[in-house]
Amino acid sequence: MKVIVDLNKCNDHGQCVYSAPEVFSLNGRGELSFRDEARDIYVSDQLDESLRDALEEAADICPMQAIEIEG
Amino acid sequence: MAGVVVVGASLGGLRAADALARSGYSGGITLVGDEPHQPYNRPPLSKEALLEAQDFDAIRLRSSAKPGTVSLVTGVRAASVDLGRGLLFLSDGRELAFEGLVAATGLRPRALGIPKPSAGVVVLRTYEDLVRLRSELATVKDVAIIGAGFIGCELAASLTQLGYRVSVIAPENVPMLRPLGEELGAALMRHHLRAGVAFGLERLPVAIEGCERPERVVCNDGSSFEAQLVIEAVGSAANTEWLEGNGLDLSDGILCDERLSFGGDGRFLAVGDVARFPNLAFDAVPRRVEHWGIAVDTGRYAGKALGRLLSSGEVSPAFTPMPAFWSDQFELRIQSFGIPGLVTDASEIRVLEGDLDGEVVVGYHRDGTLVGVVLVGFAQSHMKYRAAVAESLEAAAGASS
Ligand SMILES: Cc1cc2nc3c(=O)[nH]c(=O)nc-3n(C[C@H](O)[C@H](O)[C@H](O)COP(=O)(O)OP(=O)(O)OC[C@H]3O[C@@H](n4cnc5c(N)ncnc54)[C@H](O)[C@@H]3O)c2cc1C
Ligand code: SF4
Repeated sequence: MKVIVDLNKCNDHGQCVYSAPEVFSLNGRGELSFRDEARDIYVSDQLDESLRDALEEAADICPMQAIEIEG
Repeated sequence: MAGVVVVGASLGGLRAADALARSGYSGGITLVGDEPHQPYNRPPLSKEALLEAQDFDAIRLRSSAKPGTVSLVTGVRAASVDLGRGLLFLSDGRELAFEGLVAATGLRPRALGIPKPSAGVVVLRTYEDLVRLRSELATVKDVAIIGAGFIGCELAASLTQLGYRVSVIAPENVPMLRPLGEELGAALMRHHLRAGVAFGLERLPVAIEGCERPERVVCNDGSSFEAQLVIEAVGSAANTEWLEGNGLDLSDGILCDERLSFGGDGRFLAVGDVARFPNLAFDAVPRRVEHWGIAVDTGRYAGKALGRLLSSGEVSPAFTPMPAFWSDQFELRIQSFGIPGLVTDASEIRVLEGDLDGEVVVGYHRDGTLVGVVLVGFAQSHMKYRAAVAESLEAAAGASS
């Protein structure tokens, strides 16, 4: 399972951080920390299946619908 | 076979249906909505979708249920329901039997009962409303917005950014008074003024004058505002007519208990803007909460709780979410946690960090408990202040038990 974040859609709301703190965090500027790693689309490494519930919650709660779960 | 019917195919209804499907419920889930579309996201209607001329695809909501587990029926209204017999009557003449029901029918905008021309006066709640607003905007220069709540202020910001001359008319003395209090409302108003928004506050519109289209809005103090387009953003009414005749309290949305169930039966739940429920983390007063995040949280809770109840008879713990709300106006991101609107005493509303004319964090206290915070900017401090509200509420609950 991978998580994909469309950083052009993402508006740095940070709601995902409450749902899946293991995966999402904000950097010191209050932006989604994946912005330090990718420009347009962030694709994660393979993530553990135990995170699925939390990631689905994050995808649901993202106001910009920027989070997708693959696999 | 009687499955679960979710009435209202928007954010709250979709999240309830998704969560129920993910819980493994196999009795059949039908999501019924009267709009002609798949579920979509409303917040962009006054912001990105208007500013960036986005089309429907950009605001479509995604479902997290496995394909085929939820059947979506669009363009059909729930006309009435018989809770005792477990039957829903649809506007196309069909009947749906159910063992569980989720009410997610949201709100519709109110319109003022004042004289007005037949064209050029609009509201904003649906995608159709946005399409109409866009086509109206093509021929006008001056826009009057009646109502200074969040939607009115967001529209004022977006339309100013698009180059229109905007006036906001409302009875309060500052915009967003009820949710934010006077000081912060005044600070945000100064920001709008600097950006070119005109305000006509502490007055009520009495007529929208003009032959076929508006020419001006006339107020009770004799003032008037030039406008070829008028947007009414004066609050909303709950869509509960379809539930009448079942002995429910529908005086302001659907009265629910702390588990979001209504009619004294755990198999009937309400979610989103239409649900009036007590959040025991704050107190026992039932309230409707018009927040995007609450529609998601109530939907997810209801789907899970119903799945659990119908498959194992198990009753879920009370629903005690941390309300969160955001609004974008010009370059400002306003973020609230908790229920700032609970506090009306100005001396209990204090700046915690920053200053009112820049980035600021404002705290709202009730009997020494921090019941809400509003941040303008300070993006890096969201987590910290959300946690501060949660801790303060827990400490208060601990002290009183
Ligand atoms: C312009 C705008 C901007 C907003 N911006 C923000 C924001 O920045 N931040 C924020 O937190 N919140 C915002 N909100 C609020 C947020 O969008 C709502 O809280 C959310 O949409 C509530 O979802 P809901 O599913 O409860 O209700 P709704 O979205 O109102 O959906 C109810 C659905 O039920 C349907 N329906 C009604 N009656 C029937 C019937 N009898 N049969 C079948 N279907 C029926 C309706 O047509 C509708 O599709 C905004 C709202 C608007 C309108
Ligand atoms: S919730 Fe969505 S918009 Fe907010 S930071 Fe996470 S991905 Fe970005």
